[in-house]
Amino acid sequence: MTKNVTITVNGVERRASVEPRLLLVHFLRENAGLTGTHVGCETSLCGACTVLLDGRAVKSCTVLAVQADGRNITTVEGLASGDQLHAIQEGFWEEHGLQCGFCTPGMIMCSHDLLEHHPNPSDSEIREGINGNLCRCTGYQHIVAAVKNAAQKMSRPTAARAGAR
Amino acid sequence: MTKDFSIIGKRIAMVDAAGKTSGAGKYTDDLSLPGMLVGKILHSPYPHARMKRIDTTRAEKLDGVVAVATGKDAPNTYGILPVGHDERALAVDKVRYVGDNVACVAALDEATADRALELIDVEYELLPAYFDPEKAMKAETDLIHDNKPHNIEKDYHHVFGDPEKGFAEADHVAEARFIANEVTHAAMEPHSTLAALEIDSQTGKPGRLTVWSSTQVPYYLQHKLSLVLEMPMSQIRVIKPLVGGGFGGKSEVIPLEIIAAIAARKTRAPVKITYTREEVFWAHRGRPRTIIDLKTGVKNDGRITAVKARVVQDGGAYCSYGVVTILYSGALLGALYDIPNIQYDGYRVLTNKPACGAMRGHGTVNVRFAFESQLDELAAKLEVDPAVIRRRNLLQPPCVTINGLRVQSYGLPECIDRVVERSGWKHRKGKLTRGRGLGIACSHYVSGAANSIIRSDMPHSTVNIKIDRDGGVVVYTGAAEIGQGSDTMTAQIAAEVLGCSLSRVKVVAADTDLTPIDIGSYSSRVTFMAGNATLRAAEEVKKQIALAAAKKMNCAVEELVFRDDGVFNSKSINVGAGVPPVQAPGGDERGRSSPHRSQDQASVSGRVEGQILRGSLQQQRNEEGPKDFMTFEEAVVAAIDFHGALAGTGSYAPPPEARGGKFKGAGVGPSPAYSYSAQVAEVTVDEDTGEVIVHKVWAAHDCGRALNPVSVEGQIIGSVWMGMGQALTEEMVWKDGLLMNPGLLEYRSPSSVESPEVEPIIVESIDPEGPFGAKECSEGSLAATIPAIANAIYDAVGIRLREAPFTPERVLAALRAKKNAKLLDLTEGIDPTAPERFREHGGALWFKGKGPERHASDPARRTEQA
Repeated sequence: MTKNVTITVNGVERRASVEPRLLLVHFLRENAGLTGTHVGCETSLCGACTVLLDGRAVKSCTVLAVQADGRNITTVEGLASGDQLHAIQEGFWEEHGLQCGFCTPGMIMCSHDLLEHHPNPSDSEIREGINGNLCRCTGYQHIVAAVKNAAQKMSRPTAARAGAR
Repeated sequence: MTKDFSIIGKRIAMVDAAGKTSGAGKYTDDLSLPGMLVGKILHSPYPHARMKRIDTTRAEKLDGVVAVATGKDAPNTYGILPVGHDERALAVDKVRYVGDNVACVAALDEATADRALELIDVEYELLPAYFDPEKAMKAETDLIHDNKPHNIEKDYHHVFGDPEKGFAEADHVAEARFIANEVTHAAMEPHSTLAALEIDSQTGKPGRLTVWSSTQVPYYLQHKLSLVLEMPMSQIRVIKPLVGGGFGGKSEVIPLEIIAAIAARKTRAPVKITYTREEVFWAHRGRPRTIIDLKTGVKNDGRITAVKARVVQDGGAYCSYGVVTILYSGALLGALYDIPNIQYDGYRVLTNKPACGAMRGHGTVNVRFAFESQLDELAAKLEVDPAVIRRRNLLQPPCVTINGLRVQSYGLPECIDRVVERSGWKHRKGKLTRGRGLGIACSHYVSGAANSIIRSDMPHSTVNIKIDRDGGVVVYTGAAEIGQGSDTMTAQIAAEVLGCSLSRVKVVAADTDLTPIDIGSYSSRVTFMAGNATLRAAEEVKKQIALAAAKKMNCAVEELVFRDDGVFNSKSINVGAGVPPVQAPGGDERGRSSPHRSQDQASVSGRVEGQILRGSLQQQRNEEGPKDFMTFEEAVVAAIDFHGALAGTGSYAPPPEARGGKFKGAGVGPSPAYSYSAQVAEVTVDEDTGEVIVHKVWAAHDCGRALNPVSVEGQIIGSVWMGMGQALTEEMVWKDGLLMNPGLLEYRSPSSVESPEVEPIIVESIDPEGPFGAKECSEGSLAATIPAIANAIYDAVGIRLREAPFTPERVLAALRAKKNAKLLDLTEGIDPTAPERFREHGGALWFKGKGPERHASDPARRTEQA
């Protein structure tokens, strides 16, 4: 038994016939071929699979593909505009906010939600904001710096940012 | 121009960071091949049992199942070390832990494979199982491995100097038992392997095997696959895609890596196996639970006279790295402080639990916790400042320790001074409010094991460099990037030596068909060894360029200077005075290569640059006559025109004098260089709940020279953080050989909110043999964190915790014992002063279920009935 779904992923509408039990993360990785969203624990604990569902961060291993029917998903692959990485992606790069990089897409998507709602977070607000995402490499310190870096960039007007380069 | 480097010593973003932030980077589980099957493994439900019968026919008949592999498909034994080859990819006669590998189903999809697992019939005959190493050591019958009497994998008894005399001379002696419970790597990426076997087009028989795997050791994997599958190594290609963290958990051959290959051979189709998180816990290979009986003697002035340690490691069901782990525990009692007399008795014991292996700080961490705690205790007894007692026991390098370890660069004194200064130790220690305290501890680690696991005289690292006509540099290295920054380090060294910009350098790593042998990413060896090999390869290529350039520039080779993407005649140009007319691609004012820079490079490489250069530049040069400066491209073209190709090889083997003594077991511990760390931790202890909070850790680390300070800082912070996890929350909890917490909720890795600020302090001792003086920075800091926290807890509330992790239960038990208060239900059975009883239940008091069925004469069962 399968169910037809229409899910918009990174602005592209995708139609598929899926098993009702198919998790969103598997839909993204296998049906849509977007492997930037990682599976670290398959039990919603590590956050490596975090994506945006209608703009809010969700762990895609605890969302069924059928629940995402008719909705908008943004994955880490959908953040950059053309060759221009998103400010958060740049932040993680520039502040050494990653080592092995496995948790990074989830961290970036989670930070995206955080910065949407708290454009200028303090260190402890960042730590609270990413508390559902685990990292085993960084001790989180450079991740906090990365999110701060991104917050600063994002608070600047776009034109000024482009000019600064 | 003090440190006259253009790329070394700069804060450089990881060269592989783009793929990791954009989602484009591929880890093994992200890969797929046409016709690929999914592999699923059947695991043993019993800790110790004989397999009487295995019947896979029902599973094979299920629609969608292609094949079921069992032990008889590849019965050869293997192990990561030259000794202790006691593992099989799939069990043949016995299973030895809950989770042991029994069979593998290869099916069209995961759901079918899962269903098929339930259709495999296995008849087991239960055997008594051993979960406590001290009980396992007494066993006479039902041994875990028949050739290991008393379940002892290996025991070593080392005496250096005269310990008896040393203790007789001591003014104070402390003696206690310490326990560090078992922890695991829990790298974020679950292990994954994709194996594909080609069919030989000429014979129609199985041909070459290609394996993509999440491994730290591609070469060892190739070697073990060859052993088990009985294929020549040249017929096996191992490729390491991005690896999502290792910490030692991927530093040996993990069963799925061989099982996937067996399944691919059997099905003649590509097979991918990815562990679930629970399977990752069963695969384990983490840090063993360690019982340390430690005795230290000191003079009144704090000088150590003798140390005696008896160490028992609960190694699990297979040897794995065990022999090395138990040797490291003894060997690295030396090389941190000057200890004149050492006695070491180490026992690596087999138990019916997943095998323990190498984990960050391999073998040294738990013993360091005991040692630094006891030293703190002695300092308190002598009323000597804990920082001062450490300074009184320093080595005087260059020297060789009593156990044969050669020490050259030694930044420990500066590390101690720096953390004392930065933490305000002198005016804050012992003067904080009640419940808040400071503790200090030190540690060290090898910069690469001086002796390879594979017994041979070949170099430990070899690197090839090839330069294209447009000045693009390709470095081929077998070193495995696992997030520690190996590729970036390699690129930096190549660019520094060649004087070219970082964006010119592309690193091709860890593909056994393309890259020369490197024994892998373990024992913190990559910067020192692969770094030295890169340096030598780059020097060799540079020599070729210099010869050609000198000819064109009409000067001596010695007069040439390579930097800023150019070759200068140092006699006629003041290098670095802004002369170079070239636009060096890559690297902004902060020394970082930005995404845009990489794109510039991509477009440069995309054109057939050499063709253009050959005509125009040579012509131009001929017209101009001899000159003082050539761009990097011009010089490269000149060299290629001269030699026909531009390539070089460099390799590194540790010098004989750094390879240790001659006694049995002397091969483990020696290293060409040691890193040093000193740390101060600041904690508060809640006396009502037993909760410990770490507020800040000041961590000074002597890494020789920081090739990339931001990366070094990342490694220091990560090590300290992982040490804090082991100190406070992380613990594998067992009941009858069944892991009670095989998930990331129950296995408590610290969250972002629980993680303290770490102030990394880089100390540079400039090692005489390291590449540009560099040593390791990824492991040495971990071991100091646990005792620094333990000592800070003592400073805060006056209790000595001798069993890690310092959970609220253990802290509370110790606090109540100190006040002579009755223990609470919660803390009963926890003896904080002498934690000698093995507690199967650990902190998991919530567990009310029953473990797996046990044999009637099972020791655990007898205890329960008694």
